Amino acid sequence: MGFMETTYLGLQLRNPLVASAGPLTQTVDQVKKLAGTGVGAIVMHSMFAERLRRDAAHDADLEDSYAESFAEATSYFPTPLLEPDPARNYLSLVERSAAAIPIPLIASLNAADVGSWTTYAKQLADAGASALECNIYFVPGDVSLTGAEVEARHLEIVAAVTSVVQIPVAVKMSPYFSSTGNFALQLIEAGAYGLVLFNRFLQPKVLVSKMAVVSGLDLSTPADAHVPRTWIATLRNQTHASLAATSGVDTVGDVVAYLLAGADVVMTTSALVRHGAGYAEQLITGLSEWMASRGFKSVNDFRGKLAVPLDADANAYARAGYVSALENAQETYGSLA
Amino acid sequence: MSRVIIDGNEAAASASYRLNELCSIYPITPSSTMAELADEWASLGRANVYGTVPTVIEMQSEGGAAGALHGALQGGALSTTFTASQGLLLMIPNMYKIAGELTSMVLNVAARSLAAQGLSIYGDHQDVMAVRQTGFAMLNSSSVQEAHDMAAISQLATLRSRVPFVHFFDGFRTSHEENSVELLTDDELRALVPEDLVRAHRRRALSPEHPYIRGTAQNPDTYFQGRESANSYYDATPGIVTEAMAAFAEIAGRDYHLVDYYGAADAERVILIMGSGAHTVRSTVEHLVAKGEKVGVVQLRLYRPLPTEDLLAAIPSTAKVVAVLDRTKEPGAGGEPLFLDVAAALGEAHAAGRREHLPLLVGGRYGLSSKEFTPAMVVGVYAELAKAAPRPRFTVGINDDVTMLSLDYDPSIDIEDPATLRAVFYGLGSDGTVGANKNSVKIIGAIEDTYAQGYYVYDSKKSGSRTVSHLRFGPKPIEAPYLVSKAGFIGVHHWSILERMDVLEFARPGTILLINTPHSDEDTFAQLPEPMQAKIIALGIELWAIDANTVARKAGMGRRTNTVLQTCFFAISQVLPRAAAIDAVKATIRKTYAKKGADVVAKNEAAVDASVEHLHKLAVPVGTSGAKPMIPPVPSSAPQFVRDVTASMLLGTGDQLPVSAMPVDGTYPSGTTKYEKRNISDFVATWDSESCIQCGNCAFVCPHAVLRAKYYTAATLDGAPDSFQSAPLNAAGFPGSRYTLQVYAEDCTGCGLCTEACPVKPDGGASTRRAINVVPLPDKTAEIENVKFFESIPVNRRSRVDFANVRGTQFLEPLFEFSGACSGCGETPYLKLLTQLFGGRATVANATGCSSIYGGNLPTTPWSSNKYGRGPAWSNSLFEDNAEFGLGLRLAADLHTTNARKRLEQLRAEVGNETVDAILDAPQMYESELSQQRARVEALKVQLDSMSGPGVEDLRSVADHLLRRSVWIVGGDGWAYDIGSAGVDHVLASGRNVNILVLDTEVYSNTGGQASKSTPMGAVAKFAAGGKLTNKKDMALQATAYGNVYVARVAMGADPQQTLKAFREAEAYDGPSLILAYSHCIAHGIDMRKGLDQQYAAVASGHWPLMRYNPVLRESGKNPFLLDSPRPRMRLRDYHAKELRFRMLADSDPEAAEHLLELGQEQVNRRWAEYEEMATRGAERFAAVAKG
Repeated sequence: MGFMETTYLGLQLRNPLVASAGPLTQTVDQVKKLAGTGVGAIVMHSMFAERLRRDAAHDADLEDSYAESFAEATSYFPTPLLEPDPARNYLSLVERSAAAIPIPLIASLNAADVGSWTTYAKQLADAGASALECNIYFVPGDVSLTGAEVEARHLEIVAAVTSVVQIPVAVKMSPYFSSTGNFALQLIEAGAYGLVLFNRFLQPKVLVSKMAVVSGLDLSTPADAHVPRTWIATLRNQTHASLAATSGVDTVGDVVAYLLAGADVVMTTSALVRHGAGYAEQLITGLSEWMASRGFKSVNDFRGKLAVPLDADANAYARAGYVSALENAQETYGSLA
Repeated sequence: MSRVIIDGNEAAASASYRLNELCSIYPITPSSTMAELADEWASLGRANVYGTVPTVIEMQSEGGAAGALHGALQGGALSTTFTASQGLLLMIPNMYKIAGELTSMVLNVAARSLAAQGLSIYGDHQDVMAVRQTGFAMLNSSSVQEAHDMAAISQLATLRSRVPFVHFFDGFRTSHEENSVELLTDDELRALVPEDLVRAHRRRALSPEHPYIRGTAQNPDTYFQGRESANSYYDATPGIVTEAMAAFAEIAGRDYHLVDYYGAADAERVILIMGSGAHTVRSTVEHLVAKGEKVGVVQLRLYRPLPTEDLLAAIPSTAKVVAVLDRTKEPGAGGEPLFLDVAAALGEAHAAGRREHLPLLVGGRYGLSSKEFTPAMVVGVYAELAKAAPRPRFTVGINDDVTMLSLDYDPSIDIEDPATLRAVFYGLGSDGTVGANKNSVKIIGAIEDTYAQGYYVYDSKKSGSRTVSHLRFGPKPIEAPYLVSKAGFIGVHHWSILERMDVLEFARPGTILLINTPHSDEDTFAQLPEPMQAKIIALGIELWAIDANTVARKAGMGRRTNTVLQTCFFAISQVLPRAAAIDAVKATIRKTYAKKGADVVAKNEAAVDASVEHLHKLAVPVGTSGAKPMIPPVPSSAPQFVRDVTASMLLGTGDQLPVSAMPVDGTYPSGTTKYEKRNISDFVATWDSESCIQCGNCAFVCPHAVLRAKYYTAATLDGAPDSFQSAPLNAAGFPGSRYTLQVYAEDCTGCGLCTEACPVKPDGGASTRRAINVVPLPDKTAEIENVKFFESIPVNRRSRVDFANVRGTQFLEPLFEFSGACSGCGETPYLKLLTQLFGGRATVANATGCSSIYGGNLPTTPWSSNKYGRGPAWSNSLFEDNAEFGLGLRLAADLHTTNARKRLEQLRAEVGNETVDAILDAPQMYESELSQQRARVEALKVQLDSMSGPGVEDLRSVADHLLRRSVWIVGGDGWAYDIGSAGVDHVLASGRNVNILVLDTEVYSNTGGQASKSTPMGAVAKFAAGGKLTNKKDMALQATAYGNVYVARVAMGADPQQTLKAFREAEAYDGPSLILAYSHCIAHGIDMRKGLDQQYAAVASGHWPLMRYNPVLRESGKNPFLLDSPRPRMRLRDYHAKELRFRMLADSDPEAAEHLLELGQEQVNRRWAEYEEMATRGAERFAAVAKG
């Protein structure tokens, strides 16, 4: 294994920095540009199956609404050369991108029902994706839904998807479970080859000037890394499944911190959006320099060094962390009482 | 052979495409579908029967298509085209050449009327009769099946005879009728037209390998002989066609002859006819012969070369009188062409002793512009022939009360097979009724031993249009090329229709009537108009009702009631067993809506089940109740012509108008839309007077001119209705004045552009709320009163309005109002603005297309006049010649102005120096100057009334021309970029003072979205199904090259002020002007409410940079090129993402879409850089304007 190489979802990557799902993968050229920065793998922006279908229905309505109402024109559009397929654009992008880059391309999928999950998962695998990331973005806005039902839904999706595709499947999960660690292990048990920690819920904001609620997505900041890093550290020695860190990567230090916690790969979108795709090159060089300065010969030499040891009392570990956090806070802000 | 349900266009195209190698095409109704199918099949890579995928190329006009065709034929390609009407006329020059060179080809024509006193898109034989002299053979089809068969037969015959063929069938009646058709397989077609004929055709091609020349110029010594040299080919052609028909019969089992006779062997009264009418006569003859009448019909299939001997042989020797029916009109001729041909044949044969008895020959006209031709009319013709002295010339199907040529007939005669179920459906264009009926025809027609026919009638509006579907289903092939009467089932899919027209016109005793009702089962009958109630009772009609709108809405299908009502039809019509029918509907739903996803399929299936549950049979009382009258089509206050003539057309009874009711020269009163309160939307604009800042943006963009503003003194409000809204006028210098923005609610289409244009977001309420909002208003009574009061307030004086800004224009009266354009149309706001600014002195030449249809299609037209009776004078000449036509209007105006000025000078002594100088020296640039000049001219006319002499009379006849006339040449991009391009160019180069306004939708909108040279790269359009591969033509830049042309590119949705400025500068410029106006369109695949946003995006992305080129600036040493929009600040991708025309390509060929988008973006960047460079150049680098 080379100096920076790592394994993620069974895929051999040239380094552990992965460009994650975001706006920089809209075209083949963009994907090629990303690959050219030296990242180990690329996760495509998510294919939102439900939205694609809704858009397709809307388009069909646009076509139909003026048809058959005027003698000179019973339609206003040609019959499409191919039967309309709402997923074709995304699938084609995956197919062409995967063929155009020398590194693994990981497709990302978000669907509404189990049937769609499996249908599109198969199509993405056929299109040439090296792996599939299930972006299970599921906000139980229906407050009558129990936690158990939410968990069952996740497990059902993972089982269904992994039963129909041969490529490795990762689950991008949210941190909001009663026992996140346990549920993470359940997902692995259900068939997930790896976990991506964590999905960030897009939370609406209040725009005071307009007195309106707007949907918004802020780029993540290093503070967002605390939760995923903690869970990666906790899970690292509990499983052999791949663990990907995402959120809050802005500097080389953030990358290193995740790897120390035990991440197999570190994903970033925000940094690349903020600083430009070329910034990936700086992160990789920085990581390489840091490793050299510490005398590490491979990523495995330091990966998981700060993970919770398998034999540790995790509760005590967590409590200790809590206590020390309080102590730190007291030092900073004075008495919290 | 396979049996399918298709229309005549597809039937013909199917054979013609598969037997040719090249199609050069151009869209024209009703033939466009053939070209569209050819293009579609070629795009899909479908090969002809010889294994070649035909090349399909769209040309810039039919003239161009014919030229390309001629070349391709000379190059040895099997080539064809599809056309109609004026399109065929544009091909005539090439047709002579093609025939003169004995070149094999088939030209498929969906025969259509010609533009004469008015344009008509409908069917008759005027176009094909205008090419009978070209040397083309002419074979006609009389049914959808024959359209397929004759297309194949004529292909074989042309290759064998070398004589080119026109294959024609009746526009709409056959081209658009859906019927059961047996299609020949590829193998059968190849067996019919073997490849050795193809190779023989190729061998005749021009080739440098064995060069010769064709197309020489000939002299008196040889031209004549040369013209005679091909006689033997024409002599042989009828025999060759007979052989081709025999070969066809062997393969297909359908037996045709050049001339067929049906009827009594000893017939005494005979009709001779071509086209679909032959079927009607045949059925009627069968009916009459069964009753013992000695009648017969001769059906002529090959018209050129006229098969004289076959024709004579077909006319029984017992015939005492023969009526030749022509579906055409040749004013001033001794008879119509077919009549004259038959007369010559019979006369000659008799004179030469080859025919003993010469029957009396009479000629009749029928069916012009798809006028109905029914068995009842045929019976009427035979009755006339039974008279001792039948009229030598007659018409049938109309009431000619002027020259008394029309025959009487009993319209109640019905000869149809009782086993055939006849059904009529009344719907609105947007509700999916026609689409559902097309499905029903396919469902039933697919069942073994069951036949189906569908024919659809549309009104001429593009929004809120009414559709009437005529369907037949039966156990025998359906050969009834006329509308349904005595229907067993009638479906009324909108309550508003039955309130306005007699939906029981086609009812018979016991008809099953299905009504979509908003009322409860108990109330429904009482709410029907009283005349309808009476008819239901009298005919014992079985009444069923469903609240389809509610059922559809609850099923999540919005306003699409088609699935619900289609289910009801199947449930109660008994056309199929109920359960099987419901299953079939669901199967169709799954197929039709698969592309919309599982949810939509599920919703529709749920709607099917809910429909059956909510469908109820209503008890019909013994007597009428409620005394509710029909809603009159126009108010009683309308002018007499509108009440007598227009109203009849609106009621759907225009067929009954007599000849005397028609203007003799196609001149109609303008401004009649205002009488037709269409009430097509329950959602209409409502004004929030408190929040409104009176900016005028909404009125500016309103496509239908339903938002009118006035300011007035507070005292004016005396007597205003309580609901009349008024606000203090928000303007300096008018203390105490009030302001009202009145919504003409009955004319509003609810498009919502006003809301989108409104800059005000009132405090509180929804975030989408503005100072003008589209809200439900089912009861418009209060607004009707408000409009009435508003109209009593005087229109603001133009001299008191500052219309240099958008705000001011709202007070100018629009003289283009309430058109039937699509709801939210992107074109009409520009036309409205034109009339507000210049309408009182404007002449408009309008190219054929959308704008000529919503602008000039009867019954009602939107170009109107002000209280002085002045308004735009509008005319449509043709599609291709509009620029030249408009130039002619300019030249005539200039001529009259020169004459008027000369006469005035000559009358100086009598008129007075002061008046003469004031008039002749008057500047006429600004509104105030024009207003003063108008006053002077009016005064002069009064003065002339008290004078006499030839000079005075002459001056009086042209005095109006002393006021500067504004000549506008208007049309779409299909005209300006393609078919009329050369004319536009020439007129711009003429230096004359005309204003050319191009309503640029970047596609042929009126004929259904075919690509033009304006279509942007990457957009999907018909004839560019794989996305347009070339850049849009930059007409603006081309026009600036002349130096003396004022050019502007505008987009109202991006910068209304720039639009206004451009219109005013263009009009004021004493030379040619060109305005390219971005017009969003339904053919872009957008939510029309967001049309203005798309205009903005087009500009912001750099696709549509706003600019002006003003030669006046160049004259004063300034840079004439003004770039009016800021640098592109949006990616082309983001503009494209919101339009289906671009998304379609991404959905079908993502790689190509991405490539074209990249090229498009590069082009935007390149052009912007070029424009920026031009905008910063010195004036000397632009062409100088010569001093005139």
